[in-house]
Amino acid sequence: MAVLGAVIAQLLHLALMLAAAPLVLGVVRWLKARMLGRRGTSPLQPLRDLAKLLRKRPVLAENASVVTEAAPHLAVAVTVVAIALVPSFAHGMAFAPVADLVLVAGLLALARMALALNGLDVGTAFGGLGAAREMSFAVFAEPALLVSALSFAILAGTTNLDQIGAVFRDGALGLRVSLGLAAVAMLAVALAENARIPVDNPSTHLELTMVHEAMLLEASGRHLALWDYQAALKLTLWLALVSAIFLPFGVAPAGTGPLAWLIGLLAWAAKMGTLCLALAFFENAIAKMRVFRVPEFLGAALLLALLAAALLFVSTGFA
Amino acid sequence: MLTALALGLALLGLLALAALPLAGHRLAGRIVHGGCCVVSAGFALAALGGMAFGLPEEPLRLPFGPAWAGMSLAMDGLSAWFLLLLGLAGVATSLFALGGAPRGLVAWPIFLGAMALALLAADGFTLLLGFEAMSLASWALVALDHREAGNRAAARLYLIVAALAAACLLPCFGLLGAMDFAAIRAAPPEGWRAVAVLALGLVGAGAKAGLVPLHAWLPLAHPAAPSHVSALMSGAMTKVALYVMARLLLDLCGPVQPGWWGLPLLVLGVASAVLGALRANLEEDTKVLLACSTIENVGLVVVGLGLALLFRGADLGAMAALAAGAALLHAMAHGLFKTLLFLVAGAIQHAAGSRRLDRLGGLIHAMPRTALAAAIGLGAAAGLPPLSGFASEWLLLQSLLAGWRLGEIGLQMAAAAALALAAMAVALAAAAMLRFFGLVFLGRPRSPRGAGAREMGRLQVVAMLLPAGLTVLLGLFPALALELAGEGIRQLVGPMVRPPVIGLALGAGEGHSTYAPLAVALLIGLALMLLWAVVRWRSPAIADRGPVWNGGFIDPPAELIFGDPLSQPSAAGMAQPLRRMLGGTLLAARERVTLPPPGDPRPARLEAGFEDRIGMAPLTPAARIRDAVAAQVERLRSLTIRGSLSLVFATLVGLLALVAWLEGR
Repeated sequence: MAVLGAVIAQLLHLALMLAAAPLVLGVVRWLKARMLGRRGTSPLQPLRDLAKLLRKRPVLAENASVVTEAAPHLAVAVTVVAIALVPSFAHGMAFAPVADLVLVAGLLALARMALALNGLDVGTAFGGLGAAREMSFAVFAEPALLVSALSFAILAGTTNLDQIGAVFRDGALGLRVSLGLAAVAMLAVALAENARIPVDNPSTHLELTMVHEAMLLEASGRHLALWDYQAALKLTLWLALVSAIFLPFGVAPAGTGPLAWLIGLLAWAAKMGTLCLALAFFENAIAKMRVFRVPEFLGAALLLALLAAALLFVSTGFA
Repeated sequence: MLTALALGLALLGLLALAALPLAGHRLAGRIVHGGCCVVSAGFALAALGGMAFGLPEEPLRLPFGPAWAGMSLAMDGLSAWFLLLLGLAGVATSLFALGGAPRGLVAWPIFLGAMALALLAADGFTLLLGFEAMSLASWALVALDHREAGNRAAARLYLIVAALAAACLLPCFGLLGAMDFAAIRAAPPEGWRAVAVLALGLVGAGAKAGLVPLHAWLPLAHPAAPSHVSALMSGAMTKVALYVMARLLLDLCGPVQPGWWGLPLLVLGVASAVLGALRANLEEDTKVLLACSTIENVGLVVVGLGLALLFRGADLGAMAALAAGAALLHAMAHGLFKTLLFLVAGAIQHAAGSRRLDRLGGLIHAMPRTALAAAIGLGAAAGLPPLSGFASEWLLLQSLLAGWRLGEIGLQMAAAAALALAAMAVALAAAAMLRFFGLVFLGRPRSPRGAGAREMGRLQVVAMLLPAGLTVLLGLFPALALELAGEGIRQLVGPMVRPPVIGLALGAGEGHSTYAPLAVALLIGLALMLLWAVVRWRSPAIADRGPVWNGGFIDPPAELIFGDPLSQPSAAGMAQPLRRMLGGTLLAARERVTLPPPGDPRPARLEAGFEDRIGMAPLTPAARIRDAVAAQVERLRSLTIRGSLSLVFATLVGLLALVAWLEGR
């Protein structure tokens, strides 16, 4: 029975994530527009765009190899697997035993690699530029993410997302300075990974600053639809990751039934809404930074994460 | 079984001898390389069988050896694990060599046999004999293309570093107090002798493995050799050096040594990992790039060994097993994928006529099988799930994440910093591997020779697909491999530990996170199939082909048949972000733009380059000392006959006095 519940929760979670992804993107765009005093497009617009792109006939470059066709599928599949591992409304889902934070980082690295390969496939200037920049940012983002994970590993004794969430929900950890620092570091990494302001601008094709979009300039039709969907999934994944670790309130404990799930679902919707609002506010409040300032931005995140770990070494009596 | 292995060693010796009269014969290459292939397969099977069904208990005493004791061979878990790697790499490289022109036929069997001898040695003399024979044979192979001045210089530097390694390892084994391994384990060195063993062992084995700061020779020597030799050098020989380091520091010196022994290994390991991976991002030659990536991976293995020492010193058996398992698994994973990648580089050099990234491109169309093998190898090198590199790096990161259990705040901070740097090295490696694949296999051809490339012969393709398949298998079943390595892990960190395995998954044990690669691979496969079906159902239109859009860049003139080369990323261009972000501080990277004044018809130029000052740091003073010593020695030449005779006489008297003193003790 418990197994059945876990499987059902897992399937519901996956369906929820797949459906929520375009909505999250749409809501962020809509909120950003409203804050700027514009009416903004409907939050459903990303869904309509996807449907339109899927109907269109894709055009491939003459020298495009199998990479151009395979990469978007691989990237979306891998991101779907990664997003299935991040708990949303319930703990103890079917995939919980393998829901490891380092694995999620690895899967996202695989998706990033597919994206960069797509940028390089037809040998265009922008594609190579975007790919090189994307991989370089990851060089600073990955250490920051893993050192943040160190704080969770110390407090929860594991890097399993499900167990971290459960420990942070039930354990009387209280408000910890180190977790706050780790949260800031994770948020900075999330901004960089999702090509948001101030690292990259998702809504322009300005060549001086382009990173993510530069790799997609040759994509069209269903390939572009897949890439757009992957970007939406990735944004949702990171917001869900942040809420699963730092805001685990209201998540249904393992082995509970539909009522607890419903509460968890409402809590999750509220948390995601808050995070979307915060993201929109932050993006409107801050300016895009120069490409070569990004290492400083992510380096600061890495230092904050290290500081969080050092505080834990000193304060928790493990020393 | 040991007798069979000894016979295999003898067979390799015979092959080397047979190569002398056979030289120039039509079948010489087939006989020698075929024989090496068979013997390597025998090594791999013997090691596998030994690890699966029980290792020989008693060492095999050979009826010959130095005056004081006979040589002896033994195979324990650690030897067997590295012998398996050597055998697999030997099969793939010999197979690759079988399809090409026969070269270096005498040195090749000696090289293989010497490595096996070093791995199977049960006493210090045999180990050093094998190690030095390995150095000499590989030097001969590096010097094969000695007509090029660069290769001569590389071979000379290689010989010097090999001599340095010998000069450190000989006194190091002397300080252990006994020759037989069992005797050393019974009475491990203590006090200053132990510290001297640590220092000499680190320098001796580290120099041969390419550990920072003694790594400058590696990116010169490994690419200078023919590709199958480079493959075996990077894949197996660096591992033999790591084996010597592990054997010496973790096994022979035993658990009595303090935990801080791990700290120098940790520091040198992360330094190698970051520096090697960064250099791999800046290099513009395929084989040099791969050699730099070898420095990175050697560094990661040494980090694992250092952590195992630290955890063992703090009595954290399970964590020590995790770190040692990470080191062993990464050594195997790297041995396989680096063998594969050097063979790929050889195939590219043969088919497209160049090793330079800026002369290659678009090879995925001409060499699809090579591209597939390369994608698997590069994916593993980049640490992508579910391939082998990710499994071992997952273990390594998990053991670094457990570094806070060490207790002392200094060690905790060191482990946290090492975690950050190791993660950075892994991401740097991913960037370097992407650059390799993107510039070599994707895009448009960059030279007519590259455009006319064809797939290599069937043997070579099989030789590449073999380690590629093993890389995938090791990635999917790392737990089975670690079960096999269990005896080796116990050899390193203590008899009571279990390998970090839970069923088919990797994990440190109770309450810890697990990584189940098979489940992950199945999930990815399932997601891919469903996605493919859904996309085909919702979007059935067949894709059109059209000219590349390229951001609206104008079409190139007709005479540029591969398009405008300036609109394609170059090796230096792809390296630009990392060169600016990290290269300036770590590698003294520079970029200089020369803009001629308006009206001047000369083109504007951008020069970019870097200099590995850390690698050169030990070499420059060494060269200065060499010059000073040589100047002093030169004076001997102008001695009179009386002076020369008295020098000889004084030496004789001195040696006699030494003997008399030694007898008197």
